[in-house]
Amino acid sequence: MPKLPGPPLPRALRPKPSRPGADSEVTDPLEAVAEGGITVVDWLDERTSLSPGIRWLLFRRVPRGINWAYTLGSATLFAFLSQTVTGVFLAMFYQPNAQGGAYESIRNINDNVFLGQFVHGMHKWGASVMIILIFLHMGRVFFFGAYKYPREMTWIIGVVLLILTMAMGFTGYLLPFDQRAYWASVVGVNINAGGPLIGPYLSDFLRGGPEFGATTLSRFYAIHMLLIPGLMAALIGLHLYLVTKLGISAPPWLQAEEPSEVVQQVEV
Amino acid sequence: MAEDRHKQTSKYTLDRNMPGAFEGETVNRRRFMTGTAHAAGGIAAAAFTLPALGFALSPIFKRLPFQWQIIGTPADFTETAYTTKVITIVQGIGEAGKSIAYVRTRWPAVDTEPHNKFNSFIALSSRCAHLGCPVRYVQASERFVCPCHGGVYNFRGLVAGGPPVRPLDRFYTYVHNGYVYLGPRYSVNSELERFSPRDPGEPLDGIGQFLYPARFDTSVLPSTRNLPLPPKITP
Repeated sequence: MPKLPGPPLPRALRPKPSRPGADSEVTDPLEAVAEGGITVVDWLDERTSLSPGIRWLLFRRVPRGINWAYTLGSATLFAFLSQTVTGVFLAMFYQPNAQGGAYESIRNINDNVFLGQFVHGMHKWGASVMIILIFLHMGRVFFFGAYKYPREMTWIIGVVLLILTMAMGFTGYLLPFDQRAYWASVVGVNINAGGPLIGPYLSDFLRGGPEFGATTLSRFYAIHMLLIPGLMAALIGLHLYLVTKLGISAPPWLQAEEPSEVVQQVEV
Repeated sequence: MAEDRHKQTSKYTLDRNMPGAFEGETVNRRRFMTGTAHAAGGIAAAAFTLPALGFALSPIFKRLPFQWQIIGTPADFTETAYTTKVITIVQGIGEAGKSIAYVRTRWPAVDTEPHNKFNSFIALSSRCAHLGCPVRYVQASERFVCPCHGGVYNFRGLVAGGPPVRPLDRFYTYVHNGYVYLGPRYSVNSELERFSPRDPGEPLDGIGQFLYPARFDTSVLPSTRNLPLPPKITP
């Protein structure tokens, strides 16, 4: 079977032929800067060999007929990145202290810190945006049949990511530690307790004991900002690897065509 | 049918034409070395994973100390109306660790459950048995009403309507030196039989008590004999 040609180099990376009449010496300062950049990139690439990987990741062949619905996965990724960045900076001001410190630190973020209310708002509303985007992305994959062979693992990892995102929403909801956060988490933990046989132990694990206490808040905080984000980042990496490796599925309204030019029929 | 590549012809490495095999040897040195390295890595990983896991799971096995607290004198309470008392459920976290108990004197005409030294005063927990929201006592209708999902309990704390799966939890009460003490929480089924404390949403009637086992620390029903006596009060 003849090998398909590799992905073409994008235009910007192709070697440019020298202009007729121009000498090889670089005189234009802009060109000199560009030359310097190329030297740095070449230096890195010679030592890391990253450029084939980046080209493999970014410059892919995609089926014809794809549309804006195919960008929902990337949109979810950017929602995750936004949550990560805003969350990291919120953690600089937040205290997981059930004795009133948590509520006070959130109040301080909202009232006193420069752009605090904005960053807090980004994180709060971004959480809902991420859930909405995930469901839209999931719906696109489902209705386009993109979960079918050979992309089942991508779907399964995606479902795990959905569950982890919901766990993020659940654990993050307690952190402001106001009345709504407290009682919503009480109800949420008790819903977990409603599961037969393991429910009581699950709720004890979530609360860090039989009653809602100081350890509950720090537990939720640790799960919210260390445990689940690490897992999610790793799984998103795996998800993207599979997307790149398996390629993007064609929209269901496109019929598969016989590849007439690439595969040649040979009479023996 | 493809040939089974994992099929072993002989248990001796020499018979399997492995490089560097010795006579009578079943595991060659390379495989032994690989196994040793894997085992060492596994032991090293377990050395930090197992303690960390136990650390994270320990609250399931944590035993809470009995906390008796004074909620008033017998004269503070009546038979026909509930008195609201702010109590401490979790110590050391201020307001977040406080809760509310509804307390009244035992009324033999209404309270048909057997009398003992721990229920001379009826102390009901404000934690709804549906999902744990705080219930509120309405004197006019003699009902406890939950704001979250509409659970209703009657004067004795039995379910009168809505989603709750069992009556309101109770607290042990004890009278000593002219004071009323409030002790640990316990749960009851619809017959007001006593069970070790359960989370809300866990029914205790019929199969419920087996589907929702007690915590490890309180799996034995608290004994009425071994309960610690309240501390002496110095005037």
